[in-house]
Amino acid sequence: MPSATLLGQALISGVLAGGMYGLLAMGLSLSWGLLRLVNLSHFALAFLAAYIVYELGTTWHVAPWWSAALVVPAMFGIGAAQHWLFDRFRVNELASLLITFSVAVILEAGIQLYWTADFRRYETDYATLSIKAGPFFIPVLELALCLVAGVLAWGTWLWLRKTFVGKALRASVEDADIAAAYGVNHKQLAYLLSGIGAAYAGIAGTFIALIATLAPAEIWTWLGVVFAVVIIGRLGNPLGALLAGMAIGAAQSLAMAVFSPAWAPVVSFSMLIIVLLWDPEWL
Amino acid sequence: MIERLGAWRRRGVLAGLAAGAASLAAPSILRAAPSGKPVRVGGTLSLTGFLAQTAAVHKIAADIMVEEINGRNGFLGRPVEYVLLDDQSKPEMARSLYEKLITVDKVDLIQGPYATAPILAAMGVAQRYGKVMIQSSMGIPKLQTYDRAFPATPFGPEPDKTYPNVILDAMASIPTPPKTMVVLTSKFPSAQFMAKGMQKEAEGRGVKVLLYLEYESGNHDFGAIAARVKEANPDFLWVGSLGLESNLLLEALRKLDYVPKNHFHLYPAPGPLALSPDGNRALCSTFIEADEPFMSRPGMKRIAAEYKERATKINLPYTTLDAQACGMVSEWQILEAGVNGADSLDDAKIAAWLKAHTVETLLGKQRFNGPYNHGDAGQMIKQVQNKEWKVVWPKEFAAPGVKLLAS
Repeated sequence: MPSATLLGQALISGVLAGGMYGLLAMGLSLSWGLLRLVNLSHFALAFLAAYIVYELGTTWHVAPWWSAALVVPAMFGIGAAQHWLFDRFRVNELASLLITFSVAVILEAGIQLYWTADFRRYETDYATLSIKAGPFFIPVLELALCLVAGVLAWGTWLWLRKTFVGKALRASVEDADIAAAYGVNHKQLAYLLSGIGAAYAGIAGTFIALIATLAPAEIWTWLGVVFAVVIIGRLGNPLGALLAGMAIGAAQSLAMAVFSPAWAPVVSFSMLIIVLLWDPEWL
Repeated sequence: MIERLGAWRRRGVLAGLAAGAASLAAPSILRAAPSGKPVRVGGTLSLTGFLAQTAAVHKIAADIMVEEINGRNGFLGRPVEYVLLDDQSKPEMARSLYEKLITVDKVDLIQGPYATAPILAAMGVAQRYGKVMIQSSMGIPKLQTYDRAFPATPFGPEPDKTYPNVILDAMASIPTPPKTMVVLTSKFPSAQFMAKGMQKEAEGRGVKVLLYLEYESGNHDFGAIAARVKEANPDFLWVGSLGLESNLLLEALRKLDYVPKNHFHLYPAPGPLALSPDGNRALCSTFIEADEPFMSRPGMKRIAAEYKERATKINLPYTTLDAQACGMVSEWQILEAGVNGADSLDDAKIAAWLKAHTVETLLGKQRFNGPYNHGDAGQMIKQVQNKEWKVVWPKEFAAPGVKLLAS
């Protein structure tokens, strides 16, 4: 029987790992839920951002937060430009899946061309820092990621609920024609939302560079679990995405601690199936 | 009769060694440049996909060897052309591409792909057309049942028994030999195969295996796994890792303020683990390193220098010639020896010659007359010391002044 310390530590590790799932899921959830575009290139953009942060950090010794200040606005621009293409060619939900998959493959090839297929690791002095709380250790970087993800999720949720722009976006999803009759310019708002989604990929990429390993094929590592998070958290709901990410992360980690680490993927997809079958009203 | 066979074997060994050594040592200027219709050698590597980081290493080594061979006499006086295709790290793609190489491109010979699954896929095609296939990275030799498939790395026929015992011998030599261990492995088939062997051999030698854990290949979250390792607190941690999984695990352990006492990693990314702050004294298996006594082997210095130059040029982070790259060098050395020895491009004749002879390669003398065409096992143990990999076991392969450091 695992000890209370092991279970507690696994829970902490899982919730913090789930923060990454949530952060990656947020942009995808917004784009899918409010623009009806399933943007698979979101993962590739996050890794492109991670590689840029890695390059700036290892070659030019730029601190990651300064790199983020450069990368995140650039990603916003890429997201908006990407939406211009979607709009120009009237891409629908199904087509977006195929087109953004192709974009992701092209980005993966581009990353491999420049950075090679070899593994990259951005070593920093603070990568392994932890805060000791009783018998438990809380990794500082993962904690920072969760705090940033929490602020973004809460801020975006409030923005969508309380501001005119947010309400207009949600109204457009409900009924674009009626929303337009009330003066909502969905096209302009879509550019903004697409940019925000890509900017979130940039933020996730900054943390990926610091926490994870980089290789072009790693783009697809979190695809399955993040899709599960997006669906469990409900489309277009950033707070739901973060909470679902943390719940899945915690469940996976506890499964690793109590049973076998190999059970982790089973847990996330079992949770997805249960939620889809159960479909609770409160979710 | 036995004596007669022995005499033939000795002659075969000597002929193979002489041919191999002469081809490596002789400067190309002494030989006529190959001419005529190129001998086309087809093969795939995982240039894209999740195994792509290894393909870059193999491609450099193959390119060097094709140039070296063409700088000598080519194959039977004809230049060698390497027809390389990308199997995208997918076995089904490897199968289709080998079919294409043999039936559409009509290559004369083939070379094997990288990793157990693509090799198995390609081996089926090679068998259908009777082609000789030399490969350098099949981690489960018993699956190599085709009689014209040959290994280029000295795994030996039963690495699940020989590997663990080399490691356990090394561990038994330290002042406080481990009494307990944790076996942690990726579910990648060849890693899992070795992990099961490690568990069995360790228990057989009286080392208590406190935990045997498997995780999904490509796992990124090692927090809970690290917590279990810390709680078990073994004398020895054996990790059946691939790529950067070892780095992630060691980082996760350090986040819990825990440093494993002695730790072994099966297939890590060599550069990142050596350079990691957590990599110090990490152990790993190898067949060769760019150090003495291996640098004195024929051709090693030249190939190592050439490799470094090319790896730097294409921006690889780790530019030292390692066992992976030497595996590919060995593939071409064996093919060259087979063609020259058989004096033919006929696959049946090449296979027959290889089975009867020993070939001198960068990885040492190799024979192919054991189970599954494997010869003697040649595993060694290397350790990170001052951010460099050093062979530490068996002692006779350690560079002067280098010894196994225990924690």
